Amino acid sequence: MKRHLLEAADLDRDDATLVLDTAAQIDQALAGREVKKLPTLRGRTVVNLFYEDSTRTRISFELAAKRLSADVINFSAKGSSVSKGESLKDTALTLEAMGADAVVVRHGASGAPHRLANWVRGSVVNAGDGTHEHPTQALLDAYTIRQRLGRLEGVRVTIVGDVLHSRVARSNVGLLHTLGAEVTLVAPPTLLPVGVGSWPAEVGYDLDAVLPKSDVVMMLRVQAERMNASYFPSAREYSRRYGLDARRMTALPDDAIVMHPGPMNRGMEIAAEVADSVRSTIVEQVANGVSTRMAVLYLLLGGSQQ
Amino acid sequence: MTTYLIRGARPLGSDPADILVKDGRIAAIGDSLSATGAEVIEAAGLVALPGLVDLHTHLREPGREDAETVETGSRAAALGGFTAVHAMANTDPVADTAGVVEQVWRLGQEAGLVDVVPVGAVTVGLGGGRLAELGAMADSAARVRVFSDDGHCVSDPALMRRALEYVKAFDGVVAQHAEEPRLTVGAQMHEGDRSAKLGLTGWPAAAEEAIIARDVLLAEHVGARLHVCHVSTAGSVEILRWAKSRGVQVTAEVTPHHLLLTDECAESYDPVFKVNPPLRTDADVEALRAGLADGTIDAVGTDHAPHAVEDKESEWAQARPGMLGLEQALSVVIQTMVEPGRLDWAGVADRMSVRPAVIGRLGEHGRPLAPGEPANLVLVDPSARATVDPAALASRSRNSPYAGRELPGRVVATFLRGVPTVLDGKATK
Repeated sequence: MKRHLLEAADLDRDDATLVLDTAAQIDQALAGREVKKLPTLRGRTVVNLFYEDSTRTRISFELAAKRLSADVINFSAKGSSVSKGESLKDTALTLEAMGADAVVVRHGASGAPHRLANWVRGSVVNAGDGTHEHPTQALLDAYTIRQRLGRLEGVRVTIVGDVLHSRVARSNVGLLHTLGAEVTLVAPPTLLPVGVGSWPAEVGYDLDAVLPKSDVVMMLRVQAERMNASYFPSAREYSRRYGLDARRMTALPDDAIVMHPGPMNRGMEIAAEVADSVRSTIVEQVANGVSTRMAVLYLLLGGSQQ
Repeated sequence: MTTYLIRGARPLGSDPADILVKDGRIAAIGDSLSATGAEVIEAAGLVALPGLVDLHTHLREPGREDAETVETGSRAAALGGFTAVHAMANTDPVADTAGVVEQVWRLGQEAGLVDVVPVGAVTVGLGGGRLAELGAMADSAARVRVFSDDGHCVSDPALMRRALEYVKAFDGVVAQHAEEPRLTVGAQMHEGDRSAKLGLTGWPAAAEEAIIARDVLLAEHVGARLHVCHVSTAGSVEILRWAKSRGVQVTAEVTPHHLLLTDECAESYDPVFKVNPPLRTDADVEALRAGLADGTIDAVGTDHAPHAVEDKESEWAQARPGMLGLEQALSVVIQTMVEPGRLDWAGVADRMSVRPAVIGRLGEHGRPLAPGEPANLVLVDPSARATVDPAALASRSRNSPYAGRELPGRVVATFLRGVPTVLDGKATK
């Protein structure tokens, strides 16, 4: 493994498989235990450096680090020196001086974790940067798919929605391709980046045409503000053309699953009856997020010393 | 005033000759010249060019003297072989009045390293709303002829038309920063494969090309001069070629960095490579070189843009756009144009001195190397190669995109009206 996890491309197939296998071992080790804690990272310090509000991802990482017995510091940009204008570099040097072994960073600017990695000695884990990547989300998604379907090789994954602004989509396309899955992106053309043709994925505009050939459908969150910028005419039209409702869900193969990175807009990109159906893995994804992030922290910080 | 005898230099790369510089002018050019009391400069192997002229420099004074001053920028220019630079108007306060342009002009005179020629803003405060007092700046001591809102596009087509027309009264030219602002909201880098991968908002080539297409039509319609700043795309070169074939009075410049670097640099997320217009693709670089070679692009303009460390040592999106250029411009042109055989030394003189001087209406610059002409000239060692060390630059800023790169060519001496501003590769003051 590389020292940092900044993007899906940092993981080759062996590394990615190792993370998933490690997550599975962690799940096994903790299954049925009353005290869900391993001593692996005792004495190590993990800093959660969050420049964007993201309760879900932050508590997932926090729980992951705590279950590995690391000391966890939550450094939120709000109400800290950052809100007083401290630069990313000065914050990095501060964390460095405090002896952070790993910095988990969420930032609104694409590439901020790459910059941070130049300035700290510890490992940097990208917990979502701008519209770039969110590699641990892709890992937990891959883990969830493997858990449900038993494999990743040859699995047909359709990612639907705002690909243009989605770090989840970028990381998933990269990682799933690395792991042998076949990815198709479906979105209105306005929400696909110019240059998407160079990605290792098929691209389509017609959700109904793709659903019967999908083992996994991953619905992306669509933000209401996109509507005001004319990416699509209205929420209703978006939902009609690209939303996954109960009728559309019947077009899926029998064992196909429905995923969503959350938070969901019920009634927009995903109907409530789909989100709550047996196909939905949304709750599992949250649980798997903790074990996958434990695996990442373990492999980056503790793995080599064990 | 010291008399200089430059021995054995190759004027515009031709056969070696001696050049006698006396009383601010070239007194003689020929074989085995001698002059009693003259200081001799051995220049065997060096190429003599007319002093370079930059149409596009940001000197940051007044306002951001922590990034650059007229003096430090002038020194950087002289070391780059320049004898005249056009100082862009986006200072603080904006150079949109006779008072500010005269201040910049006077600071240039005091520094005495290059002729600092102020550019006047087209619109008040670069706001794009109403014309600044262009005539007052033209009539001022600074004698402004080039007007630009650089950094911002004069995007209102009616206002652009009026500006083009109005400056005809004093033989001025509007230098347009071609960027349709509605197409570049939040834009961070060239829109293409790499922006898609990096998750950085794209700056589409069409946003530049649409404005250039519009403006050449306007310039044709009103019979005015138009200059296009920092052309960056293959499509722009095609539009310019078409416009010139129709006889439109349009000129254009390309920056050294757009001749050498591509959007691949953005993959580091190091904002030293963030610039506006952004670095483009290999195909664009090739089209720009071809355009400069065939004269579709008239000039090299550095867009020298110094920035303080804190404005670059940050996240990509937060960093200011722009990169240093004055001290490496000639080296980049040697590497991208001369060494591959696309431009000879006469061509370099044409694109970096003669044509920019004509565009800026600078009568004393860009002149032939001939007796009686002002002694604005530069001696270059084309065989020298050096690795760029930002810490060694004369600019007050360090944001060089060429850091660590080996580039050919070394400016050995620069003369401004017969007075050396650079000797032995070092600034004389």
